[in-house]
Amino acid sequence: MSQTSLLNEITDKNRVFSFMQAQASPVLNVDKQILLYLEGLSVSFDGFKAINDLNLYIRDGELRCIIGPNGAGKTTMMDIITGKTKPDAGSAWFGQTINLLELDEPAIAQAGIGRKFQKPTVFESLSVYDNLVLAMPDVRKVFSLLVAKLNSEQQDRIDEVITLIGLKEHHRLLAGSLSHGQKQWLEIGMLLMQKPRLLLVDEPVAGMTHQEMDRTAELLVSLSGSHSVVVVEHDMDFVRQLAGKDRTVTVLHQGSVLAEGSMDQVQNNRKVVEVYLGE
Amino acid sequence: MLLWNLIKQDRGGQILLALLALAIIIVPILNSLPSDHPLHIPTYMVAVMGKYLTLALLALSVDLVWGYLGILTLGHGAFFALGGYVMGMYLMRQIGDRGVYGHPELPDFMVFLNWDSLPWYWMGLDQFWFAAIMILLVPGALAYIFGALAFRSRVSGVYLSIITQALTFALMLAFFRNEMGFGGNNGLTDFKDIIGFDLQARETRVGLFVASAIALALGYILCRYITQSRLGKVCVAVRDAESRSRFMGYRVENVKLWVFTLSAMIAGVAGALYVPQVGIINPNEFSPLNSIEIVVWVAVGGRATLYGAVAGAIFINYAKTWFTTELPDMWLFALGAIFILVTVFLPKGIVGLLRRKESNS
Repeated sequence: MSQTSLLNEITDKNRVFSFMQAQASPVLNVDKQILLYLEGLSVSFDGFKAINDLNLYIRDGELRCIIGPNGAGKTTMMDIITGKTKPDAGSAWFGQTINLLELDEPAIAQAGIGRKFQKPTVFESLSVYDNLVLAMPDVRKVFSLLVAKLNSEQQDRIDEVITLIGLKEHHRLLAGSLSHGQKQWLEIGMLLMQKPRLLLVDEPVAGMTHQEMDRTAELLVSLSGSHSVVVVEHDMDFVRQLAGKDRTVTVLHQGSVLAEGSMDQVQNNRKVVEVYLGE
Repeated sequence: MLLWNLIKQDRGGQILLALLALAIIIVPILNSLPSDHPLHIPTYMVAVMGKYLTLALLALSVDLVWGYLGILTLGHGAFFALGGYVMGMYLMRQIGDRGVYGHPELPDFMVFLNWDSLPWYWMGLDQFWFAAIMILLVPGALAYIFGALAFRSRVSGVYLSIITQALTFALMLAFFRNEMGFGGNNGLTDFKDIIGFDLQARETRVGLFVASAIALALGYILCRYITQSRLGKVCVAVRDAESRSRFMGYRVENVKLWVFTLSAMIAGVAGALYVPQVGIINPNEFSPLNSIEIVVWVAVGGRATLYGAVAGAIFINYAKTWFTTELPDMWLFALGAIFILVTVFLPKGIVGLLRRKESNS
C-alpha cells in the first residue's frame, strides 16, 4: 500500500481500514472455468524485454503445450507464475481469488502450483522414498516437521506413486545414484505427491528414450482433467503427440503470444513458419 | 526404547554414547586411586579431558548447521563465548567479598575502574538458575536476530560466512572495551566456586567432567533426533537444492532460522561448561580464528555425521595439547598439514576412512 492511499484511507471516517480487516486466506475459486490468468505481463532484465505484454489463460483441467524458440520467455513466464521473478507490469491470478504477485514461492506452492524443472532437480543425498515423503503437502511448519510421522494412508499413497514411476525396487537408493531418466521420473513422482492443481512442466522429455517419452505423454494426458498441466517443450514430435487434434498449443515469441490454436492451425500459421524457419 | 530406535542404525553414535558412559564411570574411579598407582589419572588431566568434551559439543553444534543445513558458519565461536561469559559472570558474582578489594558485591575490575554499582545486565546472575536460563537465551537470541535478518534477505554461501566472521569480530572488539563491563581484555577470572563447590577441589573437577560428558551425550541425542526427523530431511533438501524446496512449499528461511538458533544454544552450553574448567574467559574466545578452527575440526572428523565432529574435535585438540607441550613451534604447521592431508586424501574425514573399511570388509 502506498503512503498516499494509506493516508486517504485513514482520513476516511466511514470505512474500516483495510489493514484492520481480517485477512481471509483466499480459497481457490474457478467458477469461470479459468485456473490461471496472466494479463499484460511485462518484465525486462537490463533493458531486454524477456516478457512483453503477455496474455495467457489456462482453463481448469486443460493440458496446454507451449512452444517457442530459445529466448521466447518460456522459462521467465514460469518464474513469474511460481513467484521467483516479479514482473514490472501486469497481473497474475490463480483462479479468481489468489493474486500470485502478492505471494512468495512457498506460499504459491502451498496454494497448489507445482513446477518441474528443465534439469531434473531431486534431493540427491536423500533416498527415493524420502524424496517422495518430502513432496507430500501435509506438513510445512518447522515444529510439526520435527514430529511428523507417516500414517498408513500416506504410506499407501507413496507406494502407489513409487510403483507408477517404476522405482519400486529402488526406493532405498539415494536419488543421486539414479540415471537421468529415472531422476526425471522421480521428479514427476514428487509432483504427483504434491498434488498441485496446476502443474508447470519444463521440457519433461529431455534425455528420455522413445519408450519413456511415450509413457510420459500418457501420464501427462491422464493427469489433465483433474489437474491443469502446462508443458513447455522443444521436441515437436512430443508436442504433436501430446496436443493430438483438439488440444490448444500456444506459440511464444519475443515474450508475447504469437499464435494459439490446435497443432494443425499453429503449424500452418504464416507468422509461426516465419519465426521458426527464419524467413 | 525411543533412544534405541534413534541410534539403531548409527554405529558411530552407539560407540560414542558407550564411550561416554564408560568415561563417566571409569574416570572418577581412576582419579580417586592413590597418586602413585599406575592407572591413576591426575586431576589436571580430568579437567583437560572435560575441556575436550565441551569443544566436542561445540563441534557438534557446527556440524548441525554446516553438515546438514549447508550454512558454513565462521562465527560459532561467538555463541560459545557468550555462553562462557554468562557462566563467567555467574562465577564472578560467587566470589562475593573474597576478591582482592574485598567489595561485597562488585567484581575486582569494577572496583578498579571506580564503578560504584553493578550495571543492570549483571543483575540476577548471582542466581544459578537465572544464569542457566541466560546461557541458553543470550546466544539463542543473538542467533535468532542475526538469522532473521540474514536468512529473510536470502544471504547465503560465502557472503553469509563473511557476515558470521564479522559478527564474531565485532563482538571481540566490543568485549575488549573496559566500558562494556565485562572485564576488558583481561576478561573474567579468579573464580572461587560454583553452586557452593570449590572450583579447585578434586571432586568439583570430576563433577564438571561428568557434567560435560552428559551434556555431550544429550547434545548428540538431540542432534541425532533432529537429523533423523522429517525436519532433518528438509534440512538436507535445503542444503542440496534450496530453490527446489521453496517451490515445494517449504519456508527455507524458517527452517534455517530455528536450526541455527538451536545450534547457537548448544554452543552456548558448551561455552558455559568450558569456562569453569579452564578458569578464565576473555575476548580472545571471540577471535575469528577460533571459529575457523571449529570448522576444521568438523571437516577433519567428517561432515554431516555428528559423531565425526566429536571425533575431529577431540583428535585435533589432543594433537594441539601434545604439540604445544612437545614441539610448540610446530603446531600450526601440523594443523595445516592435517587439514591439507584430510581434504586431499580423506574428503569425508576420519570417519569416512572407517566407513570405507567397514563397507570393504
